[in-house]
Amino acid sequence: MSVTVLTIDDSRTMREMLLLALSDAGFTVVQAEDGVHGLEVLETVKPDVIVTDINMPRMDGFGLIEEVRRHRQHRAVPILVLTTEGDDQKKDRARRAGATGWIIKPFHPVKLVDAIRRVAS
Amino acid sequence: MDPLDAIKSTFFQECDEQLAELESGLLKIEDGEHDPEIVNAVFRAVHSIKGGAAAFGFEDLVEFVHVFETTLDLLRSNALTSTPAVTKTLLRASDVLTDLVRAVRENSSVGNSAVEAIREELSALCRTSPNWKDSEEDIVVPDFTPVQISLDAIFDEGPVEAAPVFVIRFTPKCSLYAKANEALRLIRELGELGEMTVECNMDDVPLLTELDPEGAYLSWTLHLRTNEPAGRIFEVFEFVKEDCDLDISAADVEELLSELRTSLGPGPEEPHSEALPADRPSTDHVPARANGKESPGDQATPSEEQRKGDPPAGAPQPTIRVDLEKIDRLVNLVGELVINQAVLSQRVSEAGLSRASSLMIGLDELEQLTRNIQDSVMAIRAQPVKPVFQRMSRTVREIATLTGKSVRLVMDGEGTEVDKTVIERLTDPLTHMIRNAVDHGLESPEARVAAGKPEEGLLRLCAKHRSGRIVIEVSDDGAGINRKRVREVAVSKGLVPKDAAMTDDEIDNLIFLPGFSTTATASSISGRGVGMDVVKKAIQALGGRISISSTPGRGSTFSMSLPLTLAVLDGMVVSVAKQTFVVPLTAIIETLQPRTESVHSLGGKARVIATRNAFIPLLDIGAILGYRTEEIDPITQVALLVESGSGAKLALLVDAIQGQRQVVIKSLEANYGHVRGIAAATILGDGRVALIVDVDAIMNALRSDSSNADAAPLAAE
Repeated sequence: MSVTVLTIDDSRTMREMLLLALSDAGFTVVQAEDGVHGLEVLETVKPDVIVTDINMPRMDGFGLIEEVRRHRQHRAVPILVLTTEGDDQKKDRARRAGATGWIIKPFHPVKLVDAIRRVAS
Repeated sequence: MDPLDAIKSTFFQECDEQLAELESGLLKIEDGEHDPEIVNAVFRAVHSIKGGAAAFGFEDLVEFVHVFETTLDLLRSNALTSTPAVTKTLLRASDVLTDLVRAVRENSSVGNSAVEAIREELSALCRTSPNWKDSEEDIVVPDFTPVQISLDAIFDEGPVEAAPVFVIRFTPKCSLYAKANEALRLIRELGELGEMTVECNMDDVPLLTELDPEGAYLSWTLHLRTNEPAGRIFEVFEFVKEDCDLDISAADVEELLSELRTSLGPGPEEPHSEALPADRPSTDHVPARANGKESPGDQATPSEEQRKGDPPAGAPQPTIRVDLEKIDRLVNLVGELVINQAVLSQRVSEAGLSRASSLMIGLDELEQLTRNIQDSVMAIRAQPVKPVFQRMSRTVREIATLTGKSVRLVMDGEGTEVDKTVIERLTDPLTHMIRNAVDHGLESPEARVAAGKPEEGLLRLCAKHRSGRIVIEVSDDGAGINRKRVREVAVSKGLVPKDAAMTDDEIDNLIFLPGFSTTATASSISGRGVGMDVVKKAIQALGGRISISSTPGRGSTFSMSLPLTLAVLDGMVVSVAKQTFVVPLTAIIETLQPRTESVHSLGGKARVIATRNAFIPLLDIGAILGYRTEEIDPITQVALLVESGSGAKLALLVDAIQGQRQVVIKSLEANYGHVRGIAAATILGDGRVALIVDVDAIMNALRSDSSNADAAPLAAE
């Protein structure tokens, strides 16, 4: 059964990169542009993994993670955050918010897919 | 296209958007707006550019953006105050960033010194902040290469005889499960590394009645025999190391591993290829960073509050990106539809049907719908003038610096939409007008103070829709046009007779004449040997008009009126020698009925017509375009007084005026080839093709051919 990944990033470039890497790996990809949009998408889609950026308008990645962890239906979905190397503060905050893991930007497609496979049950 | 190239082009498009966002945000900050969301948006714009740049490996760009981002991050966390000096530096940094992005896109390079200078300024700003962490390399040498922990190098020296056994004690905390990690999955992953025995410790499991379904009660002891390096084991636990108690040991590498554990703590991950030195600096790093977390630099509270409190600001409208080519095809097809519809209407009405017949009513509805479709399609090509306006703020800054003037730019109506091509071709004339306004329009700060005005000059750029056209105004609160001087110059250059009676308005508009420039030596800023005549020409080439109004001591206003689209044109439909032509309405000043007493012969075929105290060359358009050779009597004709982009006037004789009409422009070049004297073609309601006269080309040709009296006809079949 195909793994569905919800990618949330306000950067079109990043969304397209994620889409390319993930669809090449055979994942089903659903996209959202920010946290609020991500939550809207979650009304209708049940992803196996969420990959989210941190810095976004309207609702950032931390906010999204907290909301998802409070969500009745989606609280157990693994969430990977996209972060830059060495940004330990952000990694920590994401972890405290309830992130499952992280992906260092810029990512190598193989590493990205690996990370997703690792958390997707 | 290679998918990566496609993404790269998305990246550059997005860069443009982010740069515009960045600049407009910085300008708002400069204006004293304090909404934290503005600073956030500015930060995100830069951050986003960095992300993409890093993904494509644009090192120079990343390096600069990183410093920029760091500065903005300090601003965002209120560790840096947005004083005018700070915002000036940030605005200049955004200009440099724009240049860098363009350089990367065009594969060219930017003057290193400028980039270096502004980067140094940004770094200096960062250093003034109390939150500044004294780690130079954070600022100057960003390292975004993904570094994965793999300690192969240590273990790969020489083959290992028997695979070592690792003892792993793993006790998950409930937070591990709360974050959607699973102990079982981790254990399975570990098992894939080699031979493993698993012992589960269930001593802590309470009675069912006391059991918290979300609690963590199990722990495991695993014996793993593997040739994989120890780093791989840590990698499995990478995401959960904070959410479990983990103890990994192996008799033969015990010591080394305890060192590894230190290095794999919350500190920065080290590049792996070198052996670990004994005195690792990373342990010093850890507490320093941990303290930083508690500092006011942490943004948790404000951003969270804002997220919940404020209505979603600037919620993105759903959009779809389409190739311009597809839209142009649609525009073209709709043009055809409009023509077909007109042909159909005309045929039906010729058939003598009553206007009240249901067929005619249906046709009227069709016409209405066709118009609506046409408008909607044109609207797709329309874009807000905002990006062009924003580019002007940079121009203003540059010139203000060069001239030592202090200028505030106020923009209005940036959301006003106009055809993409019009926007593209608007930049140059507008830049020139802005330069002109700052350089010539606004006085020096001293002169302003002496005149009782604020030291800071005001420049206003505004766009609005007016009767189917877009009107763009550039106004300054400077000294206004020095009419006495303008008049003197015009007379001395022989542009007007010495005793010409002119209204103030007419004098003001003299500055659009070719070869007019009031400054004795053209300054390097607005001069460049180019006058306002070039601006006028560019505007007229777009089917636009430009005018100026000025009040001495109060300032001047340049006003341009442009068509909303270049796909249709307002034209005067005329007949000449049994042919139908369209003359662009923008070129026509007035129509005249030539009278015997006003037409004067200059010998040969040359004639002039006297109108409003001026003699204007009078020419038969049919002869110019080669449709007839016989001379015609001007008295039986109608004359169109036209003006070219350069301001030259000409009276064109036509047989009759059929009416005024909006026509769909069909390129001749695309279908046939360029014809001198003809700008394009169109299809009229009766299905006939009509050529659109290129007034400028006719005038230029006449000027260059004026020595040759029997010039060859232009259009000649």
